[in-house]
Amino acid sequence: MSKRIEVTDLNAFYGKFLAVEGVSLTIEPRSVTAFIGPSGCGKSTLLRTLNRMHEVIPGAYVEGEVLIDGNNLYGPGVDPVLVRRQVGMVFQRPNPFPTMSIQDNVLAGVKLNNRRMSKGDADDLTEKSLRGANLWNEVKDRLNGPGSGLSGGQQQRLCIARAIAVEPDVILMDEPCSALDPISTLAIEDLIEEMKADYTIVIVTHNMQQASRVSDRTAFFNIAGTGKPGKLIEYDDTTTIFSNPSVQSTEDYVSGRFG
Amino acid sequence: MSTTTVGAPLTNSLTAGKLPKHTSLAVLAASWLVAGAVFLMLQLSGASEDFNIAGTLVFGTVLYGIAIYLLSYFVEGVRKAKDRLVTALVTAAFVVALLPLVSLVVTTVTNGLPAFLTPTFFTSSQRNVVGAGGGALHAVVGTLLITGLAGIISVPIGLLAAIYLTEYGRGRLARGITFFVDVMTGIPSIVAGLFAFALFSLLFDDPGIRFGFGGAIALCVLMIPVVVRSSEEMLKLVPNELREAAYALGVPKWLTIVKVVLPTSIAGIITGVMISISRVIGETAPLLIISGFTASMNYNLFSERMMTLPVFVYNQYANQGTDAQAYIDRAWAGALTLILIVMVLNGLARLIAKIFSPKLGR
Repeated sequence: MSKRIEVTDLNAFYGKFLAVEGVSLTIEPRSVTAFIGPSGCGKSTLLRTLNRMHEVIPGAYVEGEVLIDGNNLYGPGVDPVLVRRQVGMVFQRPNPFPTMSIQDNVLAGVKLNNRRMSKGDADDLTEKSLRGANLWNEVKDRLNGPGSGLSGGQQQRLCIARAIAVEPDVILMDEPCSALDPISTLAIEDLIEEMKADYTIVIVTHNMQQASRVSDRTAFFNIAGTGKPGKLIEYDDTTTIFSNPSVQSTEDYVSGRFG
Repeated sequence: MSTTTVGAPLTNSLTAGKLPKHTSLAVLAASWLVAGAVFLMLQLSGASEDFNIAGTLVFGTVLYGIAIYLLSYFVEGVRKAKDRLVTALVTAAFVVALLPLVSLVVTTVTNGLPAFLTPTFFTSSQRNVVGAGGGALHAVVGTLLITGLAGIISVPIGLLAAIYLTEYGRGRLARGITFFVDVMTGIPSIVAGLFAFALFSLLFDDPGIRFGFGGAIALCVLMIPVVVRSSEEMLKLVPNELREAAYALGVPKWLTIVKVVLPTSIAGIITGVMISISRVIGETAPLLIISGFTASMNYNLFSERMMTLPVFVYNQYANQGTDAQAYIDRAWAGALTLILIVMVLNGLARLIAKIFSPKLGR
């Protein structure tokens, strides 16, 4: 199910502002890749270009190529909706749909697309996705309760369940734990470890311990100063990045001696 | 400054003087009593003919403001005194704002109830009625038909325009629409009536045209901008995160709008629609021009004159017959009916909004 992502010479713009410049990297299937770097260096922007969410913002556009198993996401005639069905996303703040029950939230990807589904299939998919997100035992008795009634950590895992219910090949996570307490963070990190077997996972994080715990490879981004574009500084195995980086600024950043 | 001093009474440095719990109520009652006593003396001395209730309440309340400020100032200090004074001012402002409304409802109910309760009021029209009796069925039917049709036309147009403005509109076209919607909210209602009249009298080449559909069109001109404005504000309140969450699940934009954005904001949209209906249901001037008035039943929106409740009220009052009181009673009863219709609609809107709004809580 998981796929290789190849990014070549990618520039991402917000209107005239160049936010990310000249990024090229390859993300292997069935691996966890972490994007780290200071605020405003374009990690989230780059992540959002991987499922064409970047262009949702008015005026934003992308130059360059992103290939998923050889298919260019930015080729002519590509439908962003089809891309997003293959590349799921989990956001920084948990955002369950407030009008829907827990079960409807999990099935949102199916139901919102007007696809019909028998009750048995729907229940199976709900249980499978919630088990996949480690949430089943906590919510199995109140599947019809509102999704917004869960705690923050549970809501975030509900969003992960919602993302894996549409069976994507790739899951992008934009600082999924930044609004959560250590226990919920641990639950989600364990989950990422398990999900690695089936999915290609890309995670943006500000937490370097988290990057070193969960990821196989790490990409370090940096900006030269305010208003300058973010660039990929170094991309290597996580152990190399954290123990023996080849660029001085990476070492400064991961060891906390930045700036 | 040792806390272990033996024998010294321990005082909490955080305490301050405090008036007993119901002081303000007691002071208010006392102020009214004092003011009442003054006015009673005025009455007994013959300076005024009867007891002045309004004067008692107004001067009593002013006295209360002064008394509670001084009392609180000496017992509780200046900060609390200001707090109590402002509380009194705010509450007084609220009561003053509410007074006309209460007065209006009371007047309408007391004046309108006699004719409202006559059995024929909701079963017959004014056809061939010259004195007492008859009813307003033709006006109720006309109001419901014309306003209903106006709503059926305006709500889809207004809602879709609002969706265009919030979800799709960029650049000149959107700015233009916003500008003209703002201008349209300020159109005097008589102009809307004249517009509809001019339109249809030109279209049908009939300089004396009067029919219900024209009235509905005139109301649409007034209603659409209100629907656009209120729906637009409600749609803007839907967090972008929800839209992005739906996009990230591979949901196309139009389905995101239909199934995520609209359900999330439906409560506010319904409220806005109801406000717009309340805005137009009481319009008199445009309907007087294009729908005209009649004493007979008319269920057909597309031909002949059609009576509506506001025009009924105006007409009963303006063209009183020999039994003037019967006409005035019917005018009040018509006004009462109109208020009740608006209240029922508002109640329904609240109910619907409650059913559809996002459920919170654990």
